[in-house]
Amino acid sequence: MVTIQNLHKSFGKNTVLKGLDLTIGNGGIFAILGPNGSGKTTLIKSILGMVIPNKGSIAVFGESTKHQSKYRHQIDYLPQIANFPNNLKVKELIKMIKDLRGKTELDKALIERFKLTPFLDKKLGNLSGGTKQKVNLVLTFMFNSPLVILDEPTTGLDPIALIRLKDLIQIEKQKGKTILITSHIMSFVEEVSDEIVFLLEGQIYFKGSISDLKTKTNQPDFEHAIASILQENHA
Amino acid sequence: MLKILKYSFYDLMRSRWSYVYFAFYLLLGMVLLFLNNNLSKAVITLMNVIIVLVPLIGTIFGVMYYYNSKEFTELLLAQPLKRSSIFLGQYFGVAISLSMSLILGLGIPFIFYGLFKSSAIWDFSLLLITGTFLTFIFTALAFNIALSYENKIKGFGFAILLWLFLAIIYDGLFLMSLILFEDYPLDKLSLVGTMLNPIDLSRTLILLKLDISALLGYTGAIFKKFFGTNFGLIISFTTLVIWIILPILRIVTKSKKKDF
Repeated sequence: MVTIQNLHKSFGKNTVLKGLDLTIGNGGIFAILGPNGSGKTTLIKSILGMVIPNKGSIAVFGESTKHQSKYRHQIDYLPQIANFPNNLKVKELIKMIKDLRGKTELDKALIERFKLTPFLDKKLGNLSGGTKQKVNLVLTFMFNSPLVILDEPTTGLDPIALIRLKDLIQIEKQKGKTILITSHIMSFVEEVSDEIVFLLEGQIYFKGSISDLKTKTNQPDFEHAIASILQENHA
Repeated sequence: MLKILKYSFYDLMRSRWSYVYFAFYLLLGMVLLFLNNNLSKAVITLMNVIIVLVPLIGTIFGVMYYYNSKEFTELLLAQPLKRSSIFLGQYFGVAISLSMSLILGLGIPFIFYGLFKSSAIWDFSLLLITGTFLTFIFTALAFNIALSYENKIKGFGFAILLWLFLAIIYDGLFLMSLILFEDYPLDKLSLVGTMLNPIDLSRTLILLKLDISALLGYTGAIFKKFFGTNFGLIISFTTLVIWIILPILRIVTKSKKKDF
């Protein structure tokens, strides 16, 4: 579904991705993990075409993404920080994105799921961080694309919304979608993900299931397994 | 592109600044008409204001809009839209709404004053046309600067500097070079020099049209000989169009290479 070969990216002197190779198959939930600054967001943005790689190739559904825009019809993306034009109403924003991207009816169910009905007529600038994130989630999931990319989806969500999000992710997975998630909340990752992709210093350090990771690092639980990788490499 | 243009345009039409800009021109038009009590004279005064102010507003507004709509842009970039259509849509949205404020703000008082019955209508139209050209040119330049500098302060600084250079410093340098080389024939040089700066070019176009070129002496005569002809007029407008097209092309290429 997504094939990345020898991906290099640097911002000025700061080299973020150093020859990264990654293949993500069809269906399932993949968690992209790594310490701060390991290149998770750069990797995601490269797949989306927001960051232009220095070297290497990316193919989504077998087609190269270079200088293309249509392939993004197949991708739903949840950005890390929900920044919206502040003087738009929630309703207007949803309508606008639909106008730009195509018709959908899924937004109503999603608005219901995240209990956003009372906020529809409010301006985005007046919403709390958590509510903005819910709007962000509605915008992401309403197009029902086969590839979903979630950058820190849990930011600002209250426990109820978090449960609803987890349910939603499972429902989407049942539909056979491929879901990429980055998160620093290890319990969340452990709960939802099928496979882990661990980034370290711009390369893939580990790719496999959580149990594989535990055996590899000889640690009884997931959080410690991750911590031991980090310690080994920073000590 | 048209959809982005529509949203940028509506977004600006709803913002306070478009109204402030519109109201300013409305007021300016009315005050000038009241003080001059004469359409033709008001047009001349207006020219002096427009030539300097329109580029400034275009520059500031362009840079401000780009930085302010950064979040919106990032939202759009993740959608299946071409980069060129996102940025060109935004650019045309800003340029068109600024031009509309200018044309309506100045047009309304002049129309009420009896523009259509006056002989000044052509001069006035030329004024609005060059004003629109200047808006498109300087908004495009502003977008270029904003695309090149991630840092807002730097972007604003360079934008103001660019305006200062083209509106004031360029004239100074130009004049100095004329004085310095006064022993040489300078007709061609001054013509080319005028052509290369859109502000000077607009000013010359309007001045000559207003038939006060006699005030400019010998240079005025040469200019009149060149700009007064159809050929000169075509060349001038072509130059203005090139001044729009080149920055637009750079918006397209620059935006294709940029990381967000």
